[in-house]
Amino acid sequence: MSPNEQNKSKASIFSPELAARFDKLVTLYPVRRSALIPMLLYAQDEVGYISEAVIQEVATRIGIFDLDVRNVLSYYSLLRTKPVGKYHVQVCTNICCMLRGGNELFEHCKQKLGVENKQTTRDGLFSVEEVECIGACSWAPAVQVNYDFHENLTTAAMDNVLEHYRSKG
Amino acid sequence: MPNISHHPDEVPVVSYRFGKGAANIETYLQLGGYESVRKCVTMEPDAIVAEMKASGLRGRGGAGFPTGMKWSFVPKQSAKPKYILVNGDESEPGTCKDRLIFEHDPHAVIEGVIIAGLAVGAQMGFIYLRGEYRYLLTIMERAIADAYAKGFLGKNIFGSGKEFEVISHTGAGAYEVGEESALMESLEGKRGIPRIRPPFPAVVGLYGGPTVINNAETIATVPHVFRIGGAEYAKLGTERNGGTRLFCLSGHVNNPGVYELPMGYNLKKMVYEVGGGIANGRKLKAVVPGGSSTPVLLPEEIDIGMDFDQVGKAGSMLGSGGVVIIDDQTCMVEFALRTMKFYQHESCGWCIPCREGTDWLKKTLTRFHAGGGVEKDIDNIRYLSENMLGRTFCPLGDAAAMPTIAFVKKFRHEFEAHLDGKPCPFAHAEDLALA
Repeated sequence: MSPNEQNKSKASIFSPELAARFDKLVTLYPVRRSALIPMLLYAQDEVGYISEAVIQEVATRIGIFDLDVRNVLSYYSLLRTKPVGKYHVQVCTNICCMLRGGNELFEHCKQKLGVENKQTTRDGLFSVEEVECIGACSWAPAVQVNYDFHENLTTAAMDNVLEHYRSKG
Repeated sequence: MPNISHHPDEVPVVSYRFGKGAANIETYLQLGGYESVRKCVTMEPDAIVAEMKASGLRGRGGAGFPTGMKWSFVPKQSAKPKYILVNGDESEPGTCKDRLIFEHDPHAVIEGVIIAGLAVGAQMGFIYLRGEYRYLLTIMERAIADAYAKGFLGKNIFGSGKEFEVISHTGAGAYEVGEESALMESLEGKRGIPRIRPPFPAVVGLYGGPTVINNAETIATVPHVFRIGGAEYAKLGTERNGGTRLFCLSGHVNNPGVYELPMGYNLKKMVYEVGGGIANGRKLKAVVPGGSSTPVLLPEEIDIGMDFDQVGKAGSMLGSGGVVIIDDQTCMVEFALRTMKFYQHESCGWCIPCREGTDWLKKTLTRFHAGGGVEKDIDNIRYLSENMLGRTFCPLGDAAAMPTIAFVKKFRHEFEAHLDGKPCPFAHAEDLALA
């Protein structure tokens, strides 16, 4: 490897803002590794998923093996190693949502978008996932689109939610 | 943003600043915020713990361990630093109360953490939020920054010469991490796998140091204990169950919502008066009193006070305050299956009885509900569950087993109605709330 290439491989894949945030994050805790899970989540927010490059850079920044990173990331359900739609529609079907039509809402979303669970629409705009309890039990049924909660839904209200995101593009 | 519910029977203590804009530090201060911690900075640590003991406050995460006693277990002298860890990994199905606390009163959490730190001699606190609560992490980060700017956190808190640092932290999706030892593992940047105890976290916890782990609601209640006084707080509840708590009403009631009611409040009243009764003119079939892991109660069993002891006596648990109300058109086999599907998904896989047990139970219940069940399955479901009980490092195995045993015991007739390839007798009732 030439020195030039070495420099290239050391350049961050993250935006300067996120790189700066990570520089600080690893120093906050008594041990650097405590920053791992937040780092993976924030990296995913920027990159879209946990790519190989994300794994390598996060491992280097913390000073652990990439295997350690893989070991941790496979445990957490929000972390993914493949891209999803720009708007990731996460429908809760756990007990409280189920009692108020969560299953029907999940079926409706799949049908409306023409995809199955964990699939992405052809235009890359939407993906759907059945998820476990998101903490909206008293306002069920509920979905989370990316990090935004939508609660007390009906199929008609869900259509409006999807339309809202579609018009944002 | 979830709406705030109101009922005349509510006693707002921990929710007393909800809806008043207290996420803003100036508003929080106008509403008496940070007065309790100012009081505590001048108190002896033992006096702080004594006041907490007098309050009768018991952990709001589910186990109901007395908070003052938990704090008193932390050794006074320690070679390693001590820590406070706030459990905001709220993930128990049926529970959505901590969300309101973080959204409406984040400074109460910070104030509670500092008081806990003063009581046990810790200089660092962590506030762990589940990864799904990103908007709340933003609110929390802002609140922490504001508290630092005011000198309430940092090297010299309230000019007392004492130091206290607070960090907010995000998880990334894992129910198991709500268990205290798995929570510490996760905060150390690892898979959320439970640790064997003893040693207990109060002695060997985070980074090997003595650690107090409290639920977000417990910690947010702490400043209020000092605001109104421990003995006064205790009087709001029942014997050995001090104060009030946030109850999350969900399922088939007319007025689902989060309500702050005194400990010991009658469950029947909670369902029919606070919750406004069963929706769509239907009848009550069952109540899950404290989150998905607590054994189900029948309509004739709900004339009880909602405190840890009375619900325990009724054969269930007060748990995390998630009261799930189920109407007579609901298939309890499907409900049991959905509950088990959750635990199977969330089992961390560390202990074999939980990993294998939840998987086999999910498979059996799936086949059973689809009409492929045989009579022997019913006893097998119970037998499998009973053999998970008490055989795992953490309570997730019990959390999956306990409700399942109750479903079989109390709704055996519904299981039997699914036998011989018969279709689910409640299949027609899927018109629920979605009109």
